Order: sequence, then C-alpha cells, then structure tokens
Amino acid sequence: MNAIQVEHLTKRYDAVLAVDNIDFAVPLGETIGLLGGNGAGKTTTIAMLLGLIVPTSGHITILGHNMATDRFAALERMNFSSPYVALPQRLTVKENLRVYGHLYNVRQIDARIDTLARELDLGPILNRPAGQLSAGQKTRVALAKSRINQPEVLLLDEPTASLDPDTGDMVRSWLEQYRTQSGCTILLASHNMAEVERLCDRVIMLKQGRVVDRGTPDELLARYGRHDLEDVFLDIARDRRQAVPV
Amino acid sequence: MKAPHFMKAPHFMKAPHLQPMFRRIWGLMYRHLALYRRSWPRLLELMYWPILQMCIWGFTARFLTARMGSPAIMAGAVLLSGVLLWEVTLRSQMGVSISFLEEMWSRNLGHVFVSPLRPFEMLAALVAMSIIRMLIGLVPAILLAWAFYAFNLFSLGPALVLFFINLMIFGWSVALGVVSLILRHGAGAEPLAWGVLFGLAPFSAVFYPVSVLPAALQPLALMLPTTHVFEGMRAILLQGDLQWDHLAAAFGLNAVWLGGAALLFARQFHQARVRGTLMSIGE
Repeated sequence: MNAIQVEHLTKRYDAVLAVDNIDFAVPLGETIGLLGGNGAGKTTTIAMLLGLIVPTSGHITILGHNMATDRFAALERMNFSSPYVALPQRLTVKENLRVYGHLYNVRQIDARIDTLARELDLGPILNRPAGQLSAGQKTRVALAKSRINQPEVLLLDEPTASLDPDTGDMVRSWLEQYRTQSGCTILLASHNMAEVERLCDRVIMLKQGRVVDRGTPDELLARYGRHDLEDVFLDIARDRRQAVPV
Repeated sequence: MKAPHFMKAPHFMKAPHLQPMFRRIWGLMYRHLALYRRSWPRLLELMYWPILQMCIWGFTARFLTARMGSPAIMAGAVLLSGVLLWEVTLRSQMGVSISFLEEMWSRNLGHVFVSPLRPFEMLAALVAMSIIRMLIGLVPAILLAWAFYAFNLFSLGPALVLFFINLMIFGWSVALGVVSLILRHGAGAEPLAWGVLFGLAPFSAVFYPVSVLPAALQPLALMLPTTHVFEGMRAILLQGDLQWDHLAAAFGLNAVWLGGAALLFARQFHQARVRGTLMSIGE
C-alpha cells in the first residue's frame, strides 16, 4: 500500500503553472526526497499534500484518505515541520507542545512531551519561551512538534535549513533513527544533496512544476554519470547534461 | 512542571464522543490562555478601555445630573448602560479578531491549518476566548460603575442576559467578517479589527433612540441587532417595560448576520486555500 498517492496533480495561479500534472507514490515506510530549485513546485506540492492549497486538478490520497473530501482524517495521522512556519514565540517549549498535543488529540500529553524531550534533548529548554531559542533549538522543537502525534506520514520542508553542520548532522541522525524505529513514511523537500543521499530511499526531481526524473540516489547517479547528487541536481537545473540510459 | 489547575481541560470537555473535538478547541484556547498568563500588560489592556470609557461617560453623567437635576439621572443611567453594553459588542468582536491576528502575527497559522483542527473548531475556540476576554474587560468596569456612580447594570433585570447574548453574537458576526477580509486581503485588512465596529455605533442607537436619526437612515439602523437591543434597554430603563418585539427582532437579525458572516468566512477560507495564501497571510 502507498502511504501517499498523487495522480495528475496540477496547480495553476492565473498564468503561472506552479505544478504541472505530476504523479508519484510513496510506499509505506519509505523516505522520498523532493528535489528542485527555487520555484520548482516543491513547497506548493507539500502544501497541497497538507490540504493548505486546493489543487486545480488531480487527486491526492494519503493513508487511504482522499484529501479533497476527507482531509482531516488524514491530518490526524500525519504531521509537518518547516523552519519557515514558526511556533508562538512567547509560549514556552512545553506550552507549545501541549497546544499541539491537544490539537492532535494526544493522550497523556505530559508523558509524551517527556519522551520527546529525552529523544531530542529538550529538557533544559522546555520552560524557555520559543522566541529565545537558537536556530538549532527551534529546529529540534519543531521536530518534536511534528512527532507529537506519532505520525504515520511526516512531511519535512527543508528541516536542516540554516543549521550549522553539527546540528544538521544531529537532526539527520535523529531522523534516520526515528524512521528505523517507527516505520514512518517521510516526504522530504531539501536543497541539501548530502542529506537527501543519506536519508532518502528514492528521489523525485522537480523542475518548473514537472517531474523531470526520479529514482533511487544510486540510479540517478548512474543515469547522469555523476558521483554526487549535487551534480545531478545542477545537470537538471541547468540543462547541461541529459540522463544516459543505463 | 505541571500545568496549573485552571489550565487543565474542564470536565464537560471529557464526554467520550465529543472529546477529540473539545480537546482541539481547548488546545487553541490553551495557547491564548498561556499567553495571557504570562503577560500582565495584555490583561491590563483588556480592562483599560472599558474602564476608561466608563469613567469618561460616568463623570459626564454626574456633571449633567449636577447641572440639570433629577431628569438627568435617568439620562445618566441610559448613558452608562449604553457604554457598558456597547463594550460587550466591541470586546466580543475584538476578542475573536485579535485572537486570530495573534495567530497571524506569530506566523503560526501554517501549523494550525495543517493540524486536524476544523475551521469551525478554530472559530469556537476564538469565540470562547472572546467571552473570556470580554468578561475580564467588562467585569471591572461594571464593578467600578457601581462603586463610583452607584450604577447597577444588573438593574436591567434578567433581560440583561438576553441583551448580552445578542450583543455578543453580533460582535462575533462582525469579527467573522473581519477575519474573512483578512483571509482575503491579508495584513492590509488588519486595522478593521479595531475600527470596523465604531463605524456601526452611530447607527446602533447606543445613546439615543432610532427616531433621532434621519428618516433615510432609520431602516438601515433597524437592520442592526444592536439597535433593537439598545431600544429594548431604554424601554426598560425609561418605562420599566421589556419589549419582546425588539428582542425577537434582535435574535432574528442576529441569525441572518451570523449566517451571512459564517458563509462569507467559509467562502474566504476556501478561496484562501485555492489562492494558496493560507500560509502567507500577514506578510
């Protein structure tokens, strides 16, 4: 069964075609990377998956729920994290997590917060206002929020953007561990190719709203004759080399 | 650190089949209550304007009474009742609008809208917060009116409850309209949260009867539920008469206003999802 099924998904804003008839499926338990330059349609695609944007046409099914007609049933079983969406700055970390614990109908919220605090090393900052945290601490809090309901599907929009290499590596390690332990399906939009190579089972390359290529990181490297995904990304972004049949 | 007792979900929210819905509503309320718990200036601001209004009009009424004698006593009562009841509408409207703006200012709407919180649950939480905000703002003003001017708002009798309900519903209707405009026009519509209801005050006959208005404006005034509440309030104070026709009109008009505002909100919420602006509201 696919955790996420996207068919003929299109989003048009007047003359601008943000997402152009894309199809993809994410099997249960897999981690898929959504790659593309700025304006490629990654964020719009994620927003449509979350029900924040209504598609112009096409269908999205998540965990068997049609997002056009039954999105709240799916939203209860998924979660989302992005450094571009903030948590209330004046609330403490614990209060923020309690808010989302209630919104996601989590039972025994305080015990759940304690577990997340242990896993993400939030103990020392639980009673600090979210607005006083460093970028790395905010990212860990956002990840804790995204796991508050033990989601079966997790959508991550550039989870390590603006983090120093050490913190970024810690977040990636934590994501790897979490995926292994929980079997959670993850859709990851990122510009960090090393991160995508490390975390993703498969990759979908977007350009100007279209899927221009897809495959495992190894398949893409072989197809473009490259040693790292960054070069593959640049080949696609700059139209400088075509994939070769392998 | 455990949450203080008053920050725990109330017992009536624990009915099994309704529990998830009430927990989501409580979640959003908790977010705002936590904010007020930490910020005494916010609490003070809630009380500041109602008390200020009550002082200005209370001393005006006292001055008129001193100069004009007993006929002004009743005028003073009408004035103070009008001030305090108008604050019910104003605080109810601002309670919903400002709570929504708080979400927008904290750039938190993206998380809220991708949670399982239904739009009507979000509105229920904002309405509940507006009741709390209104009571925090108004109760001190009512008590001070009693202490300073021996004016007892509760002398209006049980009808006061019906007046309160109608004024709150109208405040929420206007707030839904404001939130709809914010969903449509973003931060540009923010000032409406503070100003829009003042534009309706002259037509609501808060301090004077509808008959004072020019004939052409009277039908417009009678389309507002608030007008009927204030006409009813004056009837009680001046004639000791509870006019059910005005109350019925207020409830009927409120049903129309609230229904219209809810439809407008639902449409603008959907349109914001179509335009893809839900995450960027306020920018």
